[in-house]
Amino acid sequence: MFQIRIHGRGGQGVVTATEMLSVAAFEEGKHAQAFPSFGSERTGAPVVSFCRIDNKEIRLREQIMEPDALIIQDPTLLHQIDVFAGLKLDGYVLLNTSHSFEALGLGDILKGRKPERFCTLPASELGLKNVGRPIPNVPLIAGFAALSGTIKLESVVKAINEKFSGKVAEGNIAAATEAFNIVKKEMEERTHA
Amino acid sequence: MLKQTEGSKAVAEAVALCRPEVICAYPISPQTHIVEALGEMVKSGKLTPCEFINVESEFAAMSVAIGSSAAGARSYTATASQGLLFMVEAVYNASGLGLPIVMTVANRAIGAPINIWNDHSDSLSQRDSGWMQLFAETNQEAVDLHIQAFKLAEELSMPVMVCMDGFILTHAFERVDIPEQEQVDVFLPPYEPRQVLDPNEPISIGAMVGPEAFMEVRYLAHAKQMQALERIPQLAAEFKQQFGRNSGGLVRTYRIENAETVIIAMGSVLGTIKDVVDEMREEGHKIGVLGIISFRPFPLEQVREALIHSKRFLVLEKSLAVGMGGIVATNVRMAVTGSGLKGFTAVAGLGGRAIPKSSLHKLFREAEKEGLEPVTFVDLDWDAVNKQLERERQTRRSGPIAENLLHDKGIASAAKFG
Repeated sequence: MFQIRIHGRGGQGVVTATEMLSVAAFEEGKHAQAFPSFGSERTGAPVVSFCRIDNKEIRLREQIMEPDALIIQDPTLLHQIDVFAGLKLDGYVLLNTSHSFEALGLGDILKGRKPERFCTLPASELGLKNVGRPIPNVPLIAGFAALSGTIKLESVVKAINEKFSGKVAEGNIAAATEAFNIVKKEMEERTHA
Repeated sequence: MLKQTEGSKAVAEAVALCRPEVICAYPISPQTHIVEALGEMVKSGKLTPCEFINVESEFAAMSVAIGSSAAGARSYTATASQGLLFMVEAVYNASGLGLPIVMTVANRAIGAPINIWNDHSDSLSQRDSGWMQLFAETNQEAVDLHIQAFKLAEELSMPVMVCMDGFILTHAFERVDIPEQEQVDVFLPPYEPRQVLDPNEPISIGAMVGPEAFMEVRYLAHAKQMQALERIPQLAAEFKQQFGRNSGGLVRTYRIENAETVIIAMGSVLGTIKDVVDEMREEGHKIGVLGIISFRPFPLEQVREALIHSKRFLVLEKSLAVGMGGIVATNVRMAVTGSGLKGFTAVAGLGGRAIPKSSLHKLFREAEKEGLEPVTFVDLDWDAVNKQLERERQTRRSGPIAENLLHDKGIASAAKFG
């Protein structure tokens, strides 16, 4: 079972992101379960959402406390809550920022882990550029697809088409494709470096 | 059709497939996406003929459902928590009058303190209301139970609550097989009312009944639930024949063969329990699970049968009979009267408290050793409780309990400083 936890703020499409991840996994014939951390969330307040992916039926209903992957939609959360809590030692992390982990003073977090599984992506900028709004969720799940290989870009596109239509879908697909390619390129550069 | 969807949306689709003619709901909190999605289907013409009535309160929602059901319309509503409590007088009327309304209860806690999260306090408070109560373990089962519920309700002319865990199921995206309309039409015939308000053949419904017949009317409500004990397993079998899936029934056992310890629960927590039991079975523990699907009528015989060869049982329930202990546990103990079985109650998950596997592993191992108190409060913060008790001993004006606990836990101050 692969478990993903997404941290963000109310209004950033955190819950939608895990729902779309689960739809993308479903499109690949996998079992998936997505659910939010329940609460009367307000815009800007910290929000957590969860997604499990497996090849068999998922019965577990507890929150994800030891994720295989973290997607962090808002870097300001790093100073507010322990987003890395419980992350597996070989876990993946995708952070929405135009800076590097080191530049953000997060070099310590990489220690003892697999740095090739850590990546940053300017997802808000990609959203603004392609969709007209700085919503980072779709670029991040596409970037996550490139980072982890857990799901395919084409499945993310299917999930986008199920959720949105017309211009919004087109913009999101463009944002997703660009995000996927940015992360893929960075991964390749690291492999060759 | 197999799809990845939200529990509430899946249930809305299932209800629509049952061709309800009147849906009435109070549209704000604690309502779910279920009636929102149904409202959209009625407005777009996808669900027709059907009237969607936006009412002014939950009391009105049930009252309108009573009226429409008495007029011969297949009637549906959904609620939760305080919403259910606000409609209680009408809830009793619906069953007292023998009207086959189907209502989803997206189970949530009851305040005060204000809380919007999941537990089973709401529908269990209505256990003696005369409504049948079926509990779904997954969103698939929630879909399937709604289809069975309309048939069960209408055959017996008694109302049914389909209970599904608020948030945990209603807000979860998972794979659900939504049946085809043709299949549902074969399974669920058009509603043929036993009683109907028809201007062409005027009758009255809702007579005042004095001591001369009241007990008989109440007994007949009980008799119908006893009939339901026979009918519910048959409906599950018919459902399986039509749709190819095991859904519903009175109880469901899991790895109960040779089990010395049996864990009993209702609803979605059964999934987590099964995972824990699988892990414990691998280590050689003789442990199994009994899921209760039909809480009303309560299947005394089937529960006894499932437990009688074990040595002990633990009822894990998301409800509390304040001043007594467990609600489900009391029913289970009734089923095993005189058997000598050792029984324990664990109250867990109140007001949305997480029920992690780690806590269950610990709890189940204690149960195996019979090292539990008769009633255990899972993951209760005793420090917080004792601090408040001490405060009450020290000071007469100890202040509001909920606010004190939030303050002790640092939550109130955090909220103050943003």
